[in-house]
Amino acid sequence: MVEEEQGIKLTDEQKKKRRSRSIAIAAVLAALVAIFYVVTIVKLGPGILNKPL
Amino acid sequence: MPERNEDAQAIKSSKDTPMSLVERQDTMHEDSSVWTGGMGSASDYVALLKPRVMSLVIFTAFVGLMLAPGSLHPVLGAVAILCIAIGAGASGALNMWYDADIDEIMSRTKKRPIPAGKITRDEAFAFGITLSAGSVVALGLLVNWFAGAFLAFTIFFYVVVYTMWLKRSTPQNIVIGGAAGAFPPMIGWASVTGSVSLESFVLFLIIFMWTPPHFWALALFKSGDYRAAGVPMLPVVAGETSTRHHIVVYSILLAPIAVAPYFLGFATPVYGVVSALLGLAFVGMAVDVWRKRDGEPARLACVRLFKFSIFYLFILFALLLGESLVVGA
Repeated sequence: MVEEEQGIKLTDEQKKKRRSRSIAIAAVLAALVAIFYVVTIVKLGPGILNKPL
Repeated sequence: MPERNEDAQAIKSSKDTPMSLVERQDTMHEDSSVWTGGMGSASDYVALLKPRVMSLVIFTAFVGLMLAPGSLHPVLGAVAILCIAIGAGASGALNMWYDADIDEIMSRTKKRPIPAGKITRDEAFAFGITLSAGSVVALGLLVNWFAGAFLAFTIFFYVVVYTMWLKRSTPQNIVIGGAAGAFPPMIGWASVTGSVSLESFVLFLIIFMWTPPHFWALALFKSGDYRAAGVPMLPVVAGETSTRHHIVVYSILLAPIAVAPYFLGFATPVYGVVSALLGLAFVGMAVDVWRKRDGEPARLACVRLFKFSIFYLFILFALLLGESLVVGA
């Protein structure tokens, strides 16, 4: 006998909407990475990695 | 049986106060295997940010940033505007979270994501809080902490002071709540200078004085909506005649304030002349609203003032921006 699956079951519509949200979150995260990268260079200069320890 | 009692109480309280959508969903879907959240697409979440209000915020904050003395690296300037825009959007989402019961009733707002059943109140709250914190921290870390703190204060002012407190309790809600919408140019200015000044305060004052006649003109031809929702807008509480008096008084106060940038020396005579003429037109239309009290002519006068007020503010700030670009070049 197969045990019935527990928890919340998403409808197809909910799965579709979740996919659209996931893509949006991925895009936002990628944009944040780019922003912090560029701002680091703007604020600290391109030589940030060449400083002596 | 305790469960029955809880059900009975839920039904009783639902009769006393209008149910929020979340409560309604809880009582409608007894079957716990069907989860009613997770129905919002990315575009529904964008709608929570009130993109049209956001566009005005972006524009006025940009003008503040461009007019400020000193310089800011263009990348940091863009980051500042982005943070201010996201902070404004987050305020919008938190406003929709709190006002879902009102939005459900008014024709203008009942298609918003929460009343439309696309996003639950909890989801909107989490989204709004996350973006608020993120925008404030990012503006503080990447631009300066004075601007970050100013943005945090603005979000607090709009969500707590205006939405949660004043909007439902006083007909002066728009007057004081309008301050939240007037802060963005000051935050843009503070992003460059790390402080406030008389000039940035004048930019604030223009939007602050503009907001009441703008919204009261809208409230006059949508007063049925506000009455149905129980929002104490001026036409609902003090009557339409009193609202018309208020519109005229605020318009007369607004017109000279809008010319102030010229007298304070951060705008050219061209701005001085145009803002004075537009101010006269604004007062003229306000008087028209005051004169026409009944029927279709009265409604048309309100619609005309409402539409002109948007054009008026846009032209004033566009002129200031254009002059700063030309003079600065």
